[in-house]
Amino acid sequence: MIEVQTLRFGYGAGAPLFLDFSFTVKKGEAWTVIGPSGCGKTTLLYLIAGLNKPTGGKVLINGEQITRARPATGLVLQDHGLLPWATILENTRLGLKVRKFYGPDGKHSPVDVKIDPEKDEARIYYWLNWLGIEQLKDMYPTQLSRGQRQRAAIARTLVLDPDLLLMDEPFSALDAPIREELQKVMNSFHQESGLTSLTVTHDIEEAVVLGEKILVLSNSCNREPKVIENHISGKTNNRTDPEFIKQCLELRDLLAIRGNSVS
Amino acid sequence: MKKKATFLSSCTGIIMFFSLWQLAALCVNRPILPSPFVVVPLFLQNITGELGLHFLASSGRVLAAVILATLFAAPLGLALGQMPRLDRVIGPLIAIIYPIPKIIFLPVIYVLLGISDFSKITLIAIIIFFQILVVVRDEASGLKKELILSVKSLGAGRRALFRYVYLPASLPAVLTALRVSVGTAVAVLFIAEQSLTNYGLGYYIVIETYQVLLYPEMYTGIMGMGLLGVLLYFAIYSIELKISKHMFVE
Ligand SMILES: Nc1ncnc2c1ncn2[C@@H]1O[C@H](COP(=O)(O)OP(=O)(O)O)[C@@H](O)[C@H]1O
Ligand SMILES: [Mg+2]
Repeated sequence: MIEVQTLRFGYGAGAPLFLDFSFTVKKGEAWTVIGPSGCGKTTLLYLIAGLNKPTGGKVLINGEQITRARPATGLVLQDHGLLPWATILENTRLGLKVRKFYGPDGKHSPVDVKIDPEKDEARIYYWLNWLGIEQLKDMYPTQLSRGQRQRAAIARTLVLDPDLLLMDEPFSALDAPIREELQKVMNSFHQESGLTSLTVTHDIEEAVVLGEKILVLSNSCNREPKVIENHISGKTNNRTDPEFIKQCLELRDLLAIRGNSVS
Repeated sequence: MKKKATFLSSCTGIIMFFSLWQLAALCVNRPILPSPFVVVPLFLQNITGELGLHFLASSGRVLAAVILATLFAAPLGLALGQMPRLDRVIGPLIAIIYPIPKIIFLPVIYVLLGISDFSKITLIAIIIFFQILVVVRDEASGLKKELILSVKSLGAGRRALFRYVYLPASLPAVLTALRVSVGTAVAVLFIAEQSLTNYGLGYYIVIETYQVLLYPEMYTGIMGMGLLGVLLYFAIYSIELKISKHMFVE
């Protein structure tokens, strides 16, 4: 699904963040990317999303090289990115409006996209309902809690029926109980849909809860990807489970060995 | 969050205004301050005649200036807001010109453009232009990077970003800027209309009534000009209420 090949990237004249960096995400896998702040997690996600251009190497999705934002890739950022002047319903509809605006041009919306107002409306309500925010549809983002806003941002992305979901610290700004609640929501979403996903986090527990594979980045220039297989993901909601704790400790050690300190 | 002006509060305001006026007229008790009981009936009587024409002339000039200024300032503000590098070059110039009271250029504009309607409209348009330019630019550049990126990730290119982000983001700011600058616009109009025109409330107030000591008539002109400011203000305000609903939620 995602092939990152000998990727090279750095901002301006700064030291490169990635050098000959390669890894492959298979279809249906849920990945998490962890590392200390400033190590290049967001940068990597934007490279895969087509919002950053690699200075060397390439990113392929379904065999196609990414040069710009790809219509079938869904992106959720830490800051929900909802339009403050639009209601939750209108916000959720935004992506469909953009698709209608351009038509199926393959550049801004998938070539095979069918615009069917009735089905589109039904999908909007399906996801609002699935994420438990249908009753808030006529409210404005400022009237919602952070968690509810993040749910709306996820609904807006899922309405477009993406084949790949990228999330950048989607739950970092949330209080612990709400964060865990949303992690559960995303876990059951992954089990239901089998959607390929890549979630950036700096939280060890979150990485273990959400990632079937965990990509560990380090603060210095990343060359060799360090990937952990994680069988716990989605299996347990019990964070005191010894196996879960063991996995978290292992990840913590690994992050420490890589010359980083994660709080 | 903004506070909504209610119908009731507006009525209370109007009643208080006229009461104070009446009170002041009683206290001063001189021809220069006639009672509203004299002025208002006279106003209602004259507005269908000559006074109405002066009112229309002034309204036309302000509206033309508003439209002209918005047409030029909004696109330029959007462009500057989206192009930080260009803004860094032009920004300092705008910062210097913005606080200058543009009315001082009145003679210059009269000489350059002639004493015509066009020069009066241009002068007012220049004042509104900078108000709108600055708010639109700040609104467009103040949009969070994450917001732009996430809308881009929904497939939006330049055109859709303009349509779904920049335009709705700056429209409320344009309206607010207009609302707060119509007062200045009418004030400048008052001065501009005093020279070489035969229609306009400024001309009516100063040349046709004040200078010939027709005080009650002068007050009908003053009421007309005040009303023009109030009407424009509330017209823009009601559009704001419709368009920027999110700013008025509890
Ligand atoms: N637009 C940018 N221009 C220059 N440097 C940047 C830019 N964005 C991020 N950086 C730098 O690149 C490094 C990685 O940033 P980022 O990918 O945001 O880290 P993370 O998401 O892991 O916290 C940081 O040192 C950051 O300061
Ligand atoms: Mg980041």
